[in-house]
Amino acid sequence: MSATSKKGGAPGSPTSRKAMPLREAIETLRAQRGAGDVVITSMGSAREWMAMGPLDPLDFIHVPSSMGETLSLGLGIALAQPARRVVACCGDGSLLMNLGALVTIASEAPPNLVVVVFDNGVYEVTGAQSAPGARAGADFAVLARASGIASVHRFGDLDAWRSSAASALGAPGPVCIVLDVAPVPGAIGPRSPGKTAERGPAFARALQGG
Amino acid sequence: MTTLSGPLTGPQVASFFAELGITHVVSVPDSTIGPWHEAIAGHPALRLVRVCREGEAWAVAGGLHFGGAVPLVLIQCTGLFESGDSLRNIVHDWNLPIFSVIGYRSYLNQETLPGDTCLVFTEPMLTAWKIDWLLVTDASQLSEMRAHYERCRNAGVAGSIVVAEGRA
Repeated sequence: MSATSKKGGAPGSPTSRKAMPLREAIETLRAQRGAGDVVITSMGSAREWMAMGPLDPLDFIHVPSSMGETLSLGLGIALAQPARRVVACCGDGSLLMNLGALVTIASEAPPNLVVVVFDNGVYEVTGAQSAPGARAGADFAVLARASGIASVHRFGDLDAWRSSAASALGAPGPVCIVLDVAPVPGAIGPRSPGKTAERGPAFARALQGG
Repeated sequence: MTTLSGPLTGPQVASFFAELGITHVVSVPDSTIGPWHEAIAGHPALRLVRVCREGEAWAVAGGLHFGGAVPLVLIQCTGLFESGDSLRNIVHDWNLPIFSVIGYRSYLNQETLPGDTCLVFTEPMLTAWKIDWLLVTDASQLSEMRAHYERCRNAGVAGSIVVAEGRA
């Protein structure tokens, strides 16, 4: 493969595929959120999630975060709380920081864990610099499947995501859902909704007490 | 009550962890702690969570802690070096008192890796990350290990037992 073809985007890469608006993609996820579900967001997904309304005690806004570790945090919660569905959201840049997490999740195989990857092909909150995955044409659904996760779904069309969200999110886990989303122009990073010294214990109480 | 004589063995370590109330051991093996995995995985009170890199271990442990479990991170000191930002986020941003057991490569024997820089960086790194650590060079220090764990648990701080290792 020539350098030019890599930069142009391989078939299926974010530069050549259909993408849905991030806000609507997350609204669809939010509409499927069940009582007792844990939803973990970071970066752009956290920003949008917080903008959509009041937080649930079982929302974990992973801000500040360690880039890429949101899925691992979700795995730990899923293992400790097997009766709850845990939805862990990240972007493609974050996933690339911790790609082995897909293999770890497949290895531990928690049936209650759903991973949602918002793939926009850029590092959005730092100014939309191109991410290596997009430049290489990396397919995160294929990577998830090759990591050993059996239930993998990928949507670039909003209507298709809306019509399939319930079944995809409700499948026995671990589940990986890759959503091709468009970058949000001028987007900034999320602000922490409060002090971690208060948010962490409150989240733990909600998680363990419900 | 576990009693030790000579080098730590997998069954001894597994029993020790279980007696402390640990529920999950999140680990990447090395040549000293790797042989403990089988006993840990086989202990009815413990679940061994095998992660791909050490940075993952702190976040998985953080999630377990939030969920009410009692995790322990079991890694080599080289993995501590790899762990930086994840450790910072879990232990300091979120103030989670994650306890760890960290293998101290080459401490007892540099035959394989003469001048191993693990000996230069391990202790300063632990101190820099504000981990309350205890160096253990002999298996007979079990009571000190237990006391250190309980002290850290009662204080609600991240602590570590640093296990001196022989040849890499």
